[in-house]
Amino acid sequence: MAVKSQEERPISSEEDILTVRNSVKRVTALLNFSLVNQTKIISAASELARNTLEHGKGGRSIIQLINDPDRVGIRIIFEDKGPGIADISQALEDGFTSGRGMGLGLGGAKRLMDDFQIESKENEGTTVTVTKWLEKN
Amino acid sequence: MDRIPILKIGETLLVTIQVDFHDRVALALLEDLSEKIVNFSSKGLLIDISALEMVDSFMGRILGNIAKTSRLLDCHCVLVGMQPAIAITITELGITLSGIHTALTAEDGLALLNKLVNAKKNGKPSAKKQEAKWR
Repeated sequence: MAVKSQEERPISSEEDILTVRNSVKRVTALLNFSLVNQTKIISAASELARNTLEHGKGGRSIIQLINDPDRVGIRIIFEDKGPGIADISQALEDGFTSGRGMGLGLGGAKRLMDDFQIESKENEGTTVTVTKWLEKN
Repeated sequence: MDRIPILKIGETLLVTIQVDFHDRVALALLEDLSEKIVNFSSKGLLIDISALEMVDSFMGRILGNIAKTSRLLDCHCVLVGMQPAIAITITELGITLSGIHTALTAEDGLALLNKLVNAKKNGKPSAKKQEAKWR
């Protein structure tokens, strides 16, 4: 898998969530994802960016256009140096929240994307990486 | 500060959400709406989200709160214009928006509001039910 291009966006305010969303939207439109899949990817990015801001106390996102020999896709990485997640499996459960949302952020984003990876260390931070491949015709 | 305009048409309030709102705008909208519902004794609230390209769980919670708050203030709320892609996405995300009335278009939404408001004025089926329960 190769990274064809990437852009980095800071996440330190609510306005930044909008910027991340717009960058993600641009890449998904560029790749010609279907409208439903564009909406899913933008929504997942919005959930994860909000997590980075609220739970991670801010951080950054890296939006990548990636390709395999036979397919292309989008990968988005969210990094923060916040308090970390003590119990990842609990955080992935629907309805679990320590913030102001509905507790659907992590689990919901996982369902909306093809691949979902999370690494977290207490007091060091959290990195979430999500990928969606363009379905082949 | 950005504010979302609220239009008053007879007993109905109309809000069109055209930009992705964030925290402050959302809270201001909830406050403005509550105030206007009480001041104008509005019986119906129509929220048009046809211009939104996504609804995440934060926005879902705000929309749910607006519907619940307006109901407490004796005002029915109908959400109109949701894009199909958003309906698919928020279902997968796990947002249920339970208890919120929806309609496909603003026109259908107004008709539904009329029905909801008039049902209360004329029929009072809930009062009858209450009576039956007490017997």
